[in-house]
Amino acid sequence: MVGKVCRVAGPVIEAIGMTDIVMHEIVQVGEAGLIGEVIRLSGDKATIQVYQNTTGLKLNDLVTGTGSPLSVELGPGLLGRVFDGIARPLETLQELTGAFIKPVQGVTSLSRDKKWAFVPKVKTGDTVLGGDVIGTVQETALVEHRVLVPYNISGTITSVVPKGNYTVIDVIVTITESNGKKTDIQMLQKWPVRIPRPHKKRLSVFTPLITGQRVIDTFFPLAKGGSAAIPGPFGAGKTVTQQQLAKWSDANVIIYVGCGERGNEMVDVLDSFPKLTDPTTGHPLMERTILIANTSNMPVSAREASIYTGIALAEYYRDMGYAVALMADSTSRWAEALRELSGRLEEMPAEEGFPSYLPSRLAEFYERTGVVEALGSDKRVGSICAVGAVSPPGGDFSEPVTQHTKRFTSVFWALDSELANARHYPSINWMDSYSGYVGDLAEWWHQTVDKEWANCREEAMRILEAEDELKNIVKLVGPEALPGKQRLILETARIIRVAILQQNALNAVDTYCSPNKQFKMLKIVLDFHHLADNVINKGLPITKITALPVIEEIMRIKTNITNDNLTMIDDIDKRMREHFETLELNMR
Amino acid sequence: MTPSVTTTSNLEYKGAASISGPIIVVENVQNVGYDELAYIKTQNGEIRLGKVIQIMPKAVAVQVFEGTNGLSSTEIYTRFLCRPLEIPVSTDMLGRVMNSFGEPIDGYPCFFVDEKRDINGYPLNPISREYPREFIQTGISGIDCLTSLVRGQKLPVFSGPGLSHNELAAQIVRQAKIRTGDDFNIIFIAMGLKNDEAAFFKKSFEETGTIKNVAMFLNLADDPPVERIITPRAGLTLAEYLAYEQDRHVLVVMTDMTNYCEALREVSSSMEEVPSRKGYPGYMYSDLASIYERAGRIHGKKGSITQMPILTMPNDDITHPIPDLTGYITEGQVVLSRALEKQGIYPPINITTSLSRLMKDGIGKGSTREDHDNVSSQLYAAYAQYNAAKSLVTIIGEEGLGNRDKDYLHFGEYFEQHLIKQEHTENRSIEETLQIAWDALSLLATEELTAIKPEYIEKYYNKKSNPTGN
Repeated sequence: MVGKVCRVAGPVIEAIGMTDIVMHEIVQVGEAGLIGEVIRLSGDKATIQVYQNTTGLKLNDLVTGTGSPLSVELGPGLLGRVFDGIARPLETLQELTGAFIKPVQGVTSLSRDKKWAFVPKVKTGDTVLGGDVIGTVQETALVEHRVLVPYNISGTITSVVPKGNYTVIDVIVTITESNGKKTDIQMLQKWPVRIPRPHKKRLSVFTPLITGQRVIDTFFPLAKGGSAAIPGPFGAGKTVTQQQLAKWSDANVIIYVGCGERGNEMVDVLDSFPKLTDPTTGHPLMERTILIANTSNMPVSAREASIYTGIALAEYYRDMGYAVALMADSTSRWAEALRELSGRLEEMPAEEGFPSYLPSRLAEFYERTGVVEALGSDKRVGSICAVGAVSPPGGDFSEPVTQHTKRFTSVFWALDSELANARHYPSINWMDSYSGYVGDLAEWWHQTVDKEWANCREEAMRILEAEDELKNIVKLVGPEALPGKQRLILETARIIRVAILQQNALNAVDTYCSPNKQFKMLKIVLDFHHLADNVINKGLPITKITALPVIEEIMRIKTNITNDNLTMIDDIDKRMREHFETLELNMR
Repeated sequence: MTPSVTTTSNLEYKGAASISGPIIVVENVQNVGYDELAYIKTQNGEIRLGKVIQIMPKAVAVQVFEGTNGLSSTEIYTRFLCRPLEIPVSTDMLGRVMNSFGEPIDGYPCFFVDEKRDINGYPLNPISREYPREFIQTGISGIDCLTSLVRGQKLPVFSGPGLSHNELAAQIVRQAKIRTGDDFNIIFIAMGLKNDEAAFFKKSFEETGTIKNVAMFLNLADDPPVERIITPRAGLTLAEYLAYEQDRHVLVVMTDMTNYCEALREVSSSMEEVPSRKGYPGYMYSDLASIYERAGRIHGKKGSITQMPILTMPNDDITHPIPDLTGYITEGQVVLSRALEKQGIYPPINITTSLSRLMKDGIGKGSTREDHDNVSSQLYAAYAQYNAAKSLVTIIGEEGLGNRDKDYLHFGEYFEQHLIKQEHTENRSIEETLQIAWDALSLLATEELTAIKPEYIEKYYNKKSNPTGN
C-alpha cells in the first residue's frame, strides 16, 4: 500500500510501488499528508491528482493509500456551513491556519463533539428497509434532518437510543439483518462523491421552481428536478442571476458551488446570505443553504472535485424527501480544471484542448438531477435541479462547454452582453433562450395562478418576436415610417422589456416578484395592447397612445407595488380602461 | 540568511542533460523538492536563479529566470536551496527601485530587510476576506461615476497598443485617495515595459512627490522574459506584507499583463506542454488567478490591497485569451477605445464595455451621494440609446430622427465631451462629476429618466438646460 513519489508536475504526481491501490482511491502524500486521488493506474505506477499545493514535495516521498474513494461526510451539521472543494469546513481551516490556507491534516466535515437532539422514529422489533427514516434531528429551524438507513442494509431493529442529545458518531440504532449480521448505525455516514446515490424510481417533473424572477418564471421556467444552463460572457450578470436564484427560489435546500470564481464575490455571498430571511418563517436563508467555495486561486484539483461534492450533498437531502436546488458557478471553470489536469497527464486533447471525455463528464453531472422516489417504504419524493453557469471565452456560444452543456440541459438562459451593456438586467436574451418545461408546468400555473397563463405567455412571446423582425426594418427606415399597428407592437414590446423582462435585483420590492404579481403584470400589459389595438383600428394616431401617462404607471408597477398589494394593479387596469374610453369618445 | 540544517544544499550537480529554452534538466539529483529554488553557476562564475518546475524519476527540470543564454551543458554547477523563492520585504522598499528578486537597482545602498517571504504566498481563505466597500476617488469622472473603484478591488484597464493607458495609470496613482484622506502606498510592477515608458512613470511620480510612497519592481523589455513570471509575485508579496503586517493601504499597478502572459506561453511551450487557446497554456486561468486574487481585505486587519492591472489587447480584440481570462477573474474592467482617442477624448474610456462589479456597495449615501447609483444606471442606458441613435443617423440622416432620438444625440455628445473628457491634471471631486452627469441627463426629458427616483429628479434635474422645457 505504500508507494514512493517518482514524478511531480504541478498538481499531478506519479508514484511507484502502489500495488494494492484502486482507481479513485484517496492517498496521503509526503510528510505533510497532502490529500490526493488516484486518477490513472499502470502496473504499479499510480498517477495522482493532489488537492493541495505540492510545493516542497520530493522524489521518494511516501504515498499511502487510505482504502476509500473521495467521500463526503453526511449527517446533521452541513447546513449553514461553508466548505472548500473537498468538503473541509473553511471555518475550521481558518481556526487552524489563519487567514491564509496552509497545509493541514485531519480536518473533518462534521464536528465530532457537537450534540444533536435526536428523535427516534422506530422502535425495537420494527423491520426497516434501506432508505427508511429511523429518526429526525431539527438541523436548523428551516430543515428537519432525516436520518436514513444505509441503502444496502435491511432487517430488524434490535436496539434504539431514547430521544436525547447525541454526537454524530454515537450509535443510535442497531439493525440485525436476516443473515444475523448486526450493523451499528451512526448519524454520520459517508458517500463517495463520484457515484450517484441510488433511488427507487425516477418521476417526471411537474412543479416549477419559483424564483421570483419574471423572465425566468413567466417566460423560461425551470422545473423542480430540472436542469438549466446560464451561459454568458463576463460582465453579463451570470453571478448575480445565480445569486438571485439561490436567494429567492422556493427549494427546501440550496447548495451553492462557487467553483473557481472570485474571492470577493464569494464574500458577497457569505455576507449577504446570512442577512436574508425566509419570507414565510423569518429565519435566515443560510439555514437552508450549503456553500462550497473553491475560489480561482485555490488548488485546481479541488475545483474539479467541488462539483461532485456539491451534487453528492444534494442527493443526500433529496433522499430525505426535499426539493434541492444546486447552483454551480461556473461549470466552465470546472471544465478548465479538467483541461488543466488532462494537459498535465499529457492526454490527447479534443476540441480547444479540452479532453475528449468532457461531454460524458457533463452528462454524468446533469443526469444526477431529477425528481425521484427515494428508497424506503414511505414513498418520499425528492428532487434536485441544477443550474450551471457557463463562461464561454469571448462570449462565443459555439465553444465546447456551452455546446455540450446545451445537449444535457433542458433550459437555456442565454445572457447577452449587448443587453448587459445597456444595463438591461437580468440580461437574458428572450430570442435565444428556451425552456423545455413550459408544457409540463402549464398545469401548475393554471391551477395555482390563472388558467390564462399559457395563452398570455404565448401572446407576449409573439409580440417580442414580431418586434425582433420589425427592428430590422426600423434600422433602415426609422420607426416613424411604420403603420400604427406595427408601431404599437414596438411600443408594447418596449413595455414588456422594461416593465417585465427587466428586473432590478438591488431594489427591495423588485428583487422578488410573486407568481401572482408576475401574471397580473403580464395581463395588464396585454390588456393595454388589446385596448390600444382596438382604438388604432378605429383610426387613432399612435402618438396619442404613447403619450398616455398610464404607460409610466405600468412601468413602475415592479418597484412601486409590493407582492401583497396586488389590487393596486387592478386599480391601474381600471384607470387605463377609462383613459381608453375617453380617447375613443373624443374621436367621435 | 539562517544556515541550512540539511547538507544537501551544499551539493553541487555538474552539467545538464539538456538545455531547451529557459529550462535545464539536471540528472541524478537527490532530495530536491518541487518549486524549490536553485542557483546555477555558469562556466565564468556568474550565478543565475532557477526554480524546480518538474521532478522526474531520474532528473529534475529547472526553469532559469535569467534565461539559459551562454550556458554550457557540461560546465555548469547547480545547487538546490531547499526552499522556495523568497524575496526580502521591508517598509524601506517604498521610494526604491527593485528588480524581480527585490534587490535594489537604483544605485543606493541596500535597505534594512524586515523579513524574507515566499513569493507565491498562500490562497486567502474566502471566509477571512472582508467585502470591499470603501469608495476610492480617482478624480477621473469616467471611473468615479460609472466604474467606481473600491478598496480591495482588482479593476484592470483594457487598452490597446498606443492608447493613453500609461497617462491614465499615472494620473490615477497621483490622484487616488479615500475620501477620509488616507494616502495609498503604491507598488508599481513593470513587466516587459519599454525603458522610456518606465522613465515616464518615474518622472511622473517624482514630479508630484508621490515617489516616496512608491516601490517600483522593474522588469523591462530587454530583461529576461522568464523573470517576468516572478515580478508580479514579488511585488504582491511586498504588498501583502505592507497591507497585513504594517496596516497600509496598498494600490498595486501592474503593467503590462500581456507581456506577462507572453512569458508564460514561452515557458510553457519550451516545456512541450499541450497548448490551449492561441498557444497559451491550459493553466493560464489558474495562474492569472493566483496573481489577481491576491487583492482584497482581511477581517480584523486595517490594510488593503487594491489592484489595477493594465493590459494591451492584441489587435484591440477583447475576446483574445488575455483580456478574456482576466475579465473572468477581475471585478470589472475599464476599457479604452481607439475611436474616442481619435476624437481627442482623454481618457478614452468606453463605458459601454466597462464595468465595476463592486461599485454597488461602495457608492450612495454616506460614501458618495444618494443619487449616484441611479445616475450611473441612467447614464449607461442613455448612452446605449445614444449609440443606437447615432447608427440610425448614418442611415437616415439627422433630419429623419424623432425628437426623442435627437435629445439622445445631444446628450451623448455632451456626455463624451464634458463628462468623459478631462485634462491630464484635472482632479474632479465626486460632487463635480455628478454635477456634470446631471447637466448631461438634463438634456433628456424627465420621462426618459426611468432609472432615477422621482425625488432625485426633483432635487438635481437641471431644468434650464433642457431645450424642450420639460
